[in-house]
Amino acid sequence: MIPPESWIVFFEWCEATAPGRWVRESIWAFGVIEAVHLTALCVMGGALILVDLRMLGFGMKDQEIGELARHVRPWLVAGVALMLSTGVLLFLSEAIKCFYNTSFWVKMTTLPFALLFTFAVRERRSLIEGLQTSGKSRVLGSVSMVLWFTVAAAGRWIGFS
Amino acid sequence: MIHSFLEWIGNTPWSVALLESYYMWPWIESTHVLTLALFVGTAMMMDLRLIGVGFKGVPASAFIDRLLPWTRFGFAVMVTTGLLLFYSQPLRYYYNLFFRVKVVLLVIAGLNILYFHLRTHRSISEWDGRAKPPKAVRTAGIVSLVVWTGIVFSGRLVAYNWFECELQPQPDWVNWVAGCQLEEGQ
Repeated sequence: MIPPESWIVFFEWCEATAPGRWVRESIWAFGVIEAVHLTALCVMGGALILVDLRMLGFGMKDQEIGELARHVRPWLVAGVALMLSTGVLLFLSEAIKCFYNTSFWVKMTTLPFALLFTFAVRERRSLIEGLQTSGKSRVLGSVSMVLWFTVAAAGRWIGFS
Repeated sequence: MIHSFLEWIGNTPWSVALLESYYMWPWIESTHVLTLALFVGTAMMMDLRLIGVGFKGVPASAFIDRLLPWTRFGFAVMVTTGLLLFYSQPLRYYYNLFFRVKVVLLVIAGLNILYFHLRTHRSISEWDGRAKPPKAVRTAGIVSLVVWTGIVFSGRLVAYNWFECELQPQPDWVNWVAGCQLEEGQ
């Protein structure tokens, strides 16, 4: 899972950047940024789960899937943006630790798929779906949940391993 | 009295085993954190609707009738895992400043929910479809959003030992809030 040792140069550079040093050397920064990261997880996760549940045939069944997806979109985008910006700061502060961390690489491998799936595949489908759930919508909802669960669980595990 | 009771709990074999377990503790902790997305996440979506800044055109009752059961389920998981984590190290959390802040915020969140369900929610037929609900409803949403964010923050910061009682000297207010029992001369 861990890439060639030669990549470490980039990770060393990351740690030496000004924001990387600032987060690492400050007493408060890392914990507070982590807390913001978790709050963003709530916003992003809530926005994802609301639509995923609906696509599986649960939750807000009286609303059309497309309608919910439209309403949820600004909050989903805001949550993802906050997640990514705080995530980058956390990474910069401990890039070398991340390089040797299997959970980090699991997260970085699944994250692009999850983002791509959400904004390129699920979004398009969910925006046109009506009241009926279908086999397709159920597959999309399940895949979304599995992908994001993997990202989140691997993310949490970075701190344990 | 609370101290000796928690000390006794922390010394029960299951509490010790849980704290020292290699996989159990991280699994419970991860479940606690990941369920945030389900519990606080869906609660926040509902708050946005109550405040009137999101989901305009979706009736508030759709959230309360259809989504709230999932929020409640998430809450049950949060409470179960949270209690288990507390059980693994009761004294450490009891004297933790952020944990105490979290408990106070949880009480405020509970009172806010209670007031909403007993009072504000009764008139839902009057504002269910309104894009911008009445002030009492919006206030409930804002309080909920702010307090749960505070709970996520204080919950995360419990793990940081900036205000640990063992790390003296601490400012007087820290020792007072965290309930630190100082020895002579400290």
